[in-house]
Amino acid sequence: MNTDHSVIFQERKDQIHRKGEEPFEISCNKESLAGAVSQRACVFCGSRVVLYPIADALHLVHGPIGCAAYTWDIRGALSSGPELHRLSFSTDLQEKDVIFGGEEKLTRALVELIDRHSPNAAFVYSTCIVGIIGDDLESVCKRVSGEKGIPVIPVQSEGFKGNKREGYHAACNAMFRLIGTGDTTGISPLSVNILGDFNLAGEIWIIQEYYRRMGIETVANVTGDGRVDDLRRAHGAALNVVQCSGATMDLAKMMQEAFGIPFQRVSYFGVEDMAESLYAVARFFGDRDPGIMARTQALVKEELSILYPQLQKYRKALSGKKAAIYVGGAFKAFSLVKAFRLLGMQVVLVGSQTGTEEDYQELHEITDDGTIIVDDSNPLELSSFLKEKDVDVFVGGVKERPIAYKLGVGFCDHNHERKEPLEGFIGMLNFAKEIHASVVSPVWRFVPRKTAGRRG
Amino acid sequence: MLLRHTPKEVKERSALTINPAKTCQPIGAMYASLGIHGCLPHSHGSQGCCAYHRSTLTRHYKEPVMAATSSFTEGSSVFGGQANLVQAIDNIFTVYQPEVIAVHTTCLSETIGDDIPQIARKAEADGKIPRGKYVIHANTPSYVGSHVTGFANMTKAMVDYFAASTGKKEDRINIIPGYVEPADMEEIKRMAGRLGIQTILFPDTSNVLNRPQTGKFEMYPRGGVTVDALMGTGDSKATVALGPMASGPAARALDTKCKVPCEILDLPIGLSATDRFVDALRKLGGVHVPDSINLERGQLLDIITDMHQYFYGKKVALVGDPDQLVSLVEFLVSIDMMPVYVVTGTPGKKFESRIRELTREVPHEVKVRAEGDMFLLHQWIKNEPVDLMMGNTYLKYISRDEDIPFVRFGFPILDRIGHAYFPTVGYRGGMRLLEKILDALLDRQDRDAPEERFELVM
Repeated sequence: MNTDHSVIFQERKDQIHRKGEEPFEISCNKESLAGAVSQRACVFCGSRVVLYPIADALHLVHGPIGCAAYTWDIRGALSSGPELHRLSFSTDLQEKDVIFGGEEKLTRALVELIDRHSPNAAFVYSTCIVGIIGDDLESVCKRVSGEKGIPVIPVQSEGFKGNKREGYHAACNAMFRLIGTGDTTGISPLSVNILGDFNLAGEIWIIQEYYRRMGIETVANVTGDGRVDDLRRAHGAALNVVQCSGATMDLAKMMQEAFGIPFQRVSYFGVEDMAESLYAVARFFGDRDPGIMARTQALVKEELSILYPQLQKYRKALSGKKAAIYVGGAFKAFSLVKAFRLLGMQVVLVGSQTGTEEDYQELHEITDDGTIIVDDSNPLELSSFLKEKDVDVFVGGVKERPIAYKLGVGFCDHNHERKEPLEGFIGMLNFAKEIHASVVSPVWRFVPRKTAGRRG
Repeated sequence: MLLRHTPKEVKERSALTINPAKTCQPIGAMYASLGIHGCLPHSHGSQGCCAYHRSTLTRHYKEPVMAATSSFTEGSSVFGGQANLVQAIDNIFTVYQPEVIAVHTTCLSETIGDDIPQIARKAEADGKIPRGKYVIHANTPSYVGSHVTGFANMTKAMVDYFAASTGKKEDRINIIPGYVEPADMEEIKRMAGRLGIQTILFPDTSNVLNRPQTGKFEMYPRGGVTVDALMGTGDSKATVALGPMASGPAARALDTKCKVPCEILDLPIGLSATDRFVDALRKLGGVHVPDSINLERGQLLDIITDMHQYFYGKKVALVGDPDQLVSLVEFLVSIDMMPVYVVTGTPGKKFESRIRELTREVPHEVKVRAEGDMFLLHQWIKNEPVDLMMGNTYLKYISRDEDIPFVRFGFPILDRIGHAYFPTVGYRGGMRLLEKILDALLDRQDRDAPEERFELVM
């Protein structure tokens, strides 16, 4: 384990690409190698993170206590109203339930919760064990739904069925059952659903405000600060704007097929992608409202005129520094690469847990020679790359942070634990501030970083 | 209010846990495994389990937490996880090169019936386990017990797999510290050292989950009990097990397997429980208690003396793990506070009767519940508020909603530092607890005092 090469599994070699050294080819979307210290999670995790921001729904985890305990309010998805989503509800399955089945217990739990909290809908998450013992979630949900008069929706999120991607899919299937069940009268012809934004640190509010200034009505948030009734009438929107490569794309496709609603991929991270996303939406509505492009341009101009002067001092301090990115979905990585470029920084490593071949192809195109591109990485690999590239700041999630810190490398959480909104033009400024705060921290003067950074 | 959805009226629930005061067995097993030097914990189940446990431990300790997973798929959950585990063992020894792989099961692998020892034998027969390396295991289905029993099971596995007796007893004592923080484990070793007693402490997460910034990422940090030491536990002359639930099973197994007699004590939290711990070590080791330890005891007693008016009659709500709560309740009662609500999520009937016994003299009704949750605790508080709450980070919701001072204690603590570095066991740990309790109470008194009654000297 002393040389860098031995830290890479032989079987994983084709999941790592060094741009410039070889023609582009990367293998991805594979099951993780058994025994790897993978940074990935499971199907349940994927479903839970997508659905849980729907704040006026009941979220009941049908399984042993762990699945509910570990997902209790960990993601900071803000609500402007109800807070029911921040409680943790579990059937807390015991050995006897595993032997005799948990359907009856699930029924009682649902009835009690619906009676007490009067939610507008209930989601029931399946876990590994439920998939094995064969509880019929569908029929329990149907029965309780009939009795209580609200949608009770099973989420087929048994953990072992794959990684987070399959969980996103299960979540989209669950939400799709709601869509089309509400009244769409009164919705503006200039209207969108915001998909793939979870309102971490209040981000969706920033985006909604941009759309409002453009003259566009937001029908449903999917799912940040989400509401059941909004989802039910989401089919009345003229366009779905979809952020995030994996999480809600399936829903957009289902809605296109069932309701003929077109969708547009967007990203709200970084100046370029943020502006281009708004322009794309403006172009879409250009026929219906000729003035929309001018309003959008004015909006972007105004935001940039505020942002750019403030960015300068960060750019000056950060120019030439090296960044590494390892995130869940690859879409975020695209925007981050561009955002770092705006700050004058160089991205030397970029990877994701669940990227697709097209995702990595795009990363290959937008990165510089020498950049390492990696799929489904693990701590040993990541730490060896960080050292090799002598990185100044690492962008990742909860499990990556302490690795960076132990190496004496700055860090920015671009995942559940972000505390400031990173979306929108203001988000670019917040991002620059966070990167700056970490990169220039005096703490690095006290750690044996340079000596530790040398290879060998 | 965040918890506005909590009604005051308490209704018995039988099918539902809300805002749990426990989590599942595997994370306890993972934590215990990290207390073996050079060990890679391995989660035999879906990827999510391992990711969740690592994330939670990382949030609690702010340290890298390494563990591997069998990465179950649909196929392995139909045909069994043998192929995944054998491959995992091979991959792990090839690339990560640990001394030990500590496998714990999950609800999934338990229910499909994977037999870990049999799979490990197969891996060995196939030559996948290098000479001098080990695969150990504990059964930790998530639908039984809690994180505490998971810890207990993996600690017992250390005995089952490693303890051996050569027939020659050594002049040393095994200490099983219980499900406590790395700082607590360090403090227990320090105290034993002051008493001049040779010890083997297992598991030992000190210098694993509270390590220094070194500019290096180490897969296997310096801390942890070594395999050689674990083997040597069978030759020790006695075992002191702290916390009956977390440490009892391992201590009894060691007695049965290697004839090492054990004393099972409460966790040494607070004055009296620490007295019993020190006294047990003194007797077993045939040593005198040195002045330095007596000094610490005297200092703890001095703080209680100086500040006893502030403790008098204060109502406290507690949530946590059984071993911790028993000692904490005893401590609080001994300083004249009133633990009026005591909740653990971990099942076990003994807990309730033990708390009742400890609070017999408390001049107030005491509500206690095993297999309770924080929703229930909050309902009790809504019916009659308390002066102080102690428990893990999740209490912060109730603390904010009900405006009640809150001392963080237990697992997990996701929003403050300190627990990994400063102990709550022993006399010094007692002093730290009192400092925290007094800070919370007196800050509140200062905040709420009308101007004319705002006091400089307290």
